[in-house]
Amino acid sequence: MTAILSSIGNFSLNALSNAGRGSMLLRDIILQLPQVWRMRHEIGNQMHIVAVGSMPLVITTSIFVGAVTAVQAVYQMQAYVPMKFLGTVISKSVFIELGPVLVALVVGGRLCANYAAELGTMKVTEQIDALEMLAIDPMRHLAMPRFVATFLMMPVITIIADAIAIFSGYIVSIGTMDVTASTFKEGLLAFFEMKDLLSGLIKAFFFGAIIAMSGLFFGLNTRGGAEGVGNATMMAVVSSCVSVLVADYFLATILFQIIFGD
Amino acid sequence: MERPTDTALPDFRVDDPASTEGIVLEGVTKTFQERKVLDGLDFTIRRGETVVIIGRSGEGKSVLLKHIVRLLEPETGQVWIDGQEITTMGKRKLFELRKRFGMLFQGAALFDSLTIGENVGLGLKEGGGFSDEEIRERARTCLSRVGLSRVEKKLPSELSGGMKKRAGLARAIAMQPDYILYDEPTTGLDPITSDAINDLILQLQADLQVTSIVVTHDMASAFKIADRIAMISTGRIIYAAGVDETRDTDHPMVRQFIDGSAQGPLDVF
Repeated sequence: MTAILSSIGNFSLNALSNAGRGSMLLRDIILQLPQVWRMRHEIGNQMHIVAVGSMPLVITTSIFVGAVTAVQAVYQMQAYVPMKFLGTVISKSVFIELGPVLVALVVGGRLCANYAAELGTMKVTEQIDALEMLAIDPMRHLAMPRFVATFLMMPVITIIADAIAIFSGYIVSIGTMDVTASTFKEGLLAFFEMKDLLSGLIKAFFFGAIIAMSGLFFGLNTRGGAEGVGNATMMAVVSSCVSVLVADYFLATILFQIIFGD
Repeated sequence: MERPTDTALPDFRVDDPASTEGIVLEGVTKTFQERKVLDGLDFTIRRGETVVIIGRSGEGKSVLLKHIVRLLEPETGQVWIDGQEITTMGKRKLFELRKRFGMLFQGAALFDSLTIGENVGLGLKEGGGFSDEEIRERARTCLSRVGLSRVEKKLPSELSGGMKKRAGLARAIAMQPDYILYDEPTTGLDPITSDAINDLILQLQADLQVTSIVVTHDMASAFKIADRIAMISTGRIIYAAGVDETRDTDHPMVRQFIDGSAQGPLDVF
């Protein structure tokens, strides 16, 4: 019993300590935001890594997300709902939930692993200390450009993913099921609301911040050698995925019950 | 602040650190995972001298070095650089102060994604005030000073261990520092390359008149480059003396370390 209480206590202390240090990291990054123009080239490089580097993954994921959404929507609707609503179901599912969340999970895994492994290796090989010795602030040079790039590019990636997923759903619907192109388009346009797209994009901004913070936090706090880098990478990916799903619930509540609620 | 209770320990304190030229560490304590690595450490390094700090692995030599430039922060105690107390200094002032330091890291710590020329010139580029051509020229000069030429465009992964150390040293001197910190400069190198690095350290001291603090357990290197040798054990500096005195010392711990003997007052494990 004592052992269980002790481990709960340790876990709680660890979580609180990480939350505190994470908040301080976010504060340090925010304090570096006035340096955005000075770091524009590095931010541009990171944007390229975030967006262009993620494209093969995003395209593949989005094609199959759209396709499976179409197949499952048809299966669930066929006995109860007219097929003219197929486009509506697919677009709303993709804009509100599937697009931002699945992109955050897939791209987040890639970016978190990248940030944590890169910064973790720099940490254990003393490259971050070397930066400090050259009077270069690692927050300005490493953390802020990655944070800004991820924060800004996640909504862009999400829009691209949304478009590919809906197009894929459209192709699967008209190609393999008994749905005409005009029926699909009619459903898609009839109930399209800008707030659906906006809510997905707002989520994407937050998910971008969560992904960047997870990768940066665990990378910059890496200890030990290769094992430490491995642990940091794993923790970054796991915490990013869990945090995205938890944040998704709270964002959905805020967006659809308070901001866009009727 | 408590003074060491062990009266056998030499007293390295200065009366007025605020008016002392050089580096003063006063009562510095640092704990890692409940182990006190530095335990009220006092030490003074005067401007212009070369101090070699020896000690067994894990005794806190590198930790001590990192406290001098606040890469690590002490739990208690103070660190003074030319009369400025750095443990409470703001970030901007600390970065200004660090420009007066160069550091050669144990594994050289070159930035993997940058060429050797970019590594050496990075501090100048980020500091501003230099044109690209001036930075390239300074990088070339620093690299040639450490005996490296035609490596500016190479990546660190294309260099040998000794060349990486020399490139790291070129980066350390690029900002024309007043102090150079060396963390195990000869570890992992063959004896000939090690001696070449020692010669390089001596040459830099003669040319640049810098204050050098070298952490090592390579006694051949220590005897060759030091003005003064200090030994760290159980979190404190337990001994400091000139090279000749150290060579002939009968201090049991220092003697055991110099002789590389498993028998003596220093625990083997």
